[in-house]
Amino acid sequence: MPSLTPESDWLQEEVNNVTAQANSLTLPKSKTMENIGRSWYKFSRNPMSIVGLCTVLLVVFLAVFAPLVAPYPEHAGAFVDFANASRPPCGRYLLGTDVVGRDILSRIFFGFRFSLTMGVVVLALVVPPGVTLGLIAGYNQGTWLDTIIMRLTDIFLAVPPLVLALAICSVLTPNLFNAMLAVSLMWWPWYTRLVYGLASTLRNEFFVSSAEAIGAGKAHIIFREILPNCISPIFTKMSLDMGWVILIGSALSFVGLGVQPPKPGLGTMVADGAKYLPDQWWISVFPALAIVVVVLGFNLLGDGLRDMFAAEEV
Amino acid sequence: MTTDILTVTNLKKYFVIGHSGILKRKPITVKAVDGVSFTVKEGETFGLVGESGSGKSTVAYTTIGMYRPTAGNISFRGQNLFEGNRTRPLALKKEIQIVFQDPGSSLNPRRNIRQILELPLRIHRPGDNRLEEIVRLLEMVELPPDYMHKYPQMLGGGEKQMVAIARALATEPSFIILDEPTSALDVSIQAKIINLLIRLQDEFHLSYLFITHDLSLMRNVASRVAIMYLGKICEVAEAAEFFRNPYHPYTQMLLSAIPVVSEEEEKLKPKKIISTGEIPSPVNIPSGCSFHLRCPKKMDICSEVDPVMVEVEEGHTVRCHLYGQP
Repeated sequence: MPSLTPESDWLQEEVNNVTAQANSLTLPKSKTMENIGRSWYKFSRNPMSIVGLCTVLLVVFLAVFAPLVAPYPEHAGAFVDFANASRPPCGRYLLGTDVVGRDILSRIFFGFRFSLTMGVVVLALVVPPGVTLGLIAGYNQGTWLDTIIMRLTDIFLAVPPLVLALAICSVLTPNLFNAMLAVSLMWWPWYTRLVYGLASTLRNEFFVSSAEAIGAGKAHIIFREILPNCISPIFTKMSLDMGWVILIGSALSFVGLGVQPPKPGLGTMVADGAKYLPDQWWISVFPALAIVVVVLGFNLLGDGLRDMFAAEEV
Repeated sequence: MTTDILTVTNLKKYFVIGHSGILKRKPITVKAVDGVSFTVKEGETFGLVGESGSGKSTVAYTTIGMYRPTAGNISFRGQNLFEGNRTRPLALKKEIQIVFQDPGSSLNPRRNIRQILELPLRIHRPGDNRLEEIVRLLEMVELPPDYMHKYPQMLGGGEKQMVAIARALATEPSFIILDEPTSALDVSIQAKIINLLIRLQDEFHLSYLFITHDLSLMRNVASRVAIMYLGKICEVAEAAEFFRNPYHPYTQMLLSAIPVVSEEEEKLKPKKIISTGEIPSPVNIPSGCSFHLRCPKKMDICSEVDPVMVEVEEGHTVRCHLYGQP
C-alpha cells in the first residue's frame, strides 16, 4: 500500500491555510446602519408618515409615563370631587372635569394605556397563529390542508366581528381581557388570508424549488425561505390594524363590554359623557378626539410603512 | 466503457389546464413532454435543445422532482427516482442538483450568500466546518470570500449564477441539470460561466444535462445532443456528427437558422432552409408527425402516422418518415 503521509501532510497544510484565511477574514461591516438610513429617507419623504410616527410616539410616551405626566394621576380610578364636578375646560383642568369632578386630561392619558394594551395584546395573540396558518395553507396550496385552513378562515370571516365580540363579552364577564380575547378570535383570519396569498405565489419561486431540490425540510422552507419575504406586508398590516383594534376596543367599552368603570377606557368615557351632551360637551368630545388621534396616528404610520416597503421592492 | 448515469424511458408529463363539457367533464391537457427517452452517460454533457415550449424545461423539472411524471420512468444509476409515493430520499437529492435559468429568482432575496450556501452543507455534510466550506465553494466559482455577507441583489447577474452553481456543488453531486444557465446573462459573462462549468466538470467528474435553445453553444459544450420538438425528441446524435450530418428536417432548419458572420461559416452550414411558422400550441398537437405543418419535405404519410425512432447510423437516431424502415 502506498504511503499516504506526504499527501495528507499537504492536505493538512491546505486545510490550515484555508482555516487561517477564514479566521483572518475581516468581516465587512454590516450594512445595517446604511440600510436603516435609506429606509428612513424613503419613509420620511411623505410628511404625513412623520406626523403619524410622532403621534404614535407621543401616545406611547403619554401612556407609559401616565402617572408622571398626568396632572392628577389619582383621578384615574374611583375618585370623587363634587366641588369641581362638570367644570368646562379652564386653566386648572385643561380639558375640563367629568360629572364626579375627575380631570378629563389625566383620564385620557390613562385611557391610552388600555387602548394600547388592547392593540398590542390582540396583535400579539393574532399575528403568530394567523401568519403560521397562512404560510402552511399557502405552501400546501391545492391539498386538503389548504382546503381545511382556508374554509375555516372563510367561516370566521363570515361572522360579523362586532357581533361576535359582543356575544363573547356578554357570555363571559365583560372586562378588558375578554374583549381582547373576543377581538383576537375574529381577527386572525385576515392575517391568514394575507399571508396565504403571498405564500402561494412565493412557493413557485425558484429559490423554493432549489431548497426542495437540496432537501430542506418544510419548516425551513416555510419559515426561512417564504416568511422573510412576507415580513413587509405583515408589518404594514399590523400598524394599520393597531388603529382598527383600538377602535373596536373603544366600541366595546362604549357599550359597556370592555374596560369597566371606574377605569378610564376611552370608549367608556365617551359613553359616560354622552348623557350630558350637548351642554357638557367636553366630557365625551375630548375622549372621542383622543380615539381619533390614536387611530389616525397608526393609520398614517401604516401608510408610511407601506410606501417605504413598496419603494424597497424597486 | 462508460456507464449510464441517468436513463429516461418514455417519459410523459401532461398538465391539466381545464375541463371541457358540462356533464361529461373531459380534462384538457397540455402534453408538455410526450414520450421522451434518452440516456446520459457518466461524465458526459448531454445537450437538450428545443424552441421555447418544446418541453425541455419540463424534462429538467421532472428529473429534479418538482413534478411527478404522468407516465414513464427516470432512473439514476439504476435506481428509480419515483419509487412509490414517497418523497425522494436525501441521498438521491444529494446526487442530483439543478442550476436554474434566472439566478435572480433562484436565490432568495432575503437571505445572504452565506445562508444560501450553508443550507446544503447543513443538510448533507453535517460534520464539516461550514465557514471554511463556504469560502472554498466561493473560491471554486471564482468569487471573493467576503461575498458571503452580501445579499443576491447586490450581485451582478453572472455573479448570482456563480453562487447558484456553488450552491449546486455544495452537496457534492455527481449529476447537475443546467436549465439554460446562461440565457439570462450577457454574452461576455456567458463565456465565463461556460468555461467555469467545463472546468468544474473535469475537476469533479460531473455529468451534465445541459438544456438550452442555443445551438452554437451546444457545439462547444455537449458531447451528445438531442433535439426536442413539441414534447418529443426528433433526433439524437454525437455533437460533432450532429452538426456535420443532420438528418431531421427540423434539425436542418435549426442549423441553417444559426446566425453567422463570415462566408466560411456560411459554407459550413447545411443548405438554407427557410424556417416557417411557429411551434404549435401543445394543447392541440397536430396529428401524425407533429412537425408536418412546418416541414419542407412533407409527405402524405406525415399528417397521419407519427414516425418512430430509427437508428440511421451508429449512435445517431432520427424520428422521421424520410428515414423509414430500411
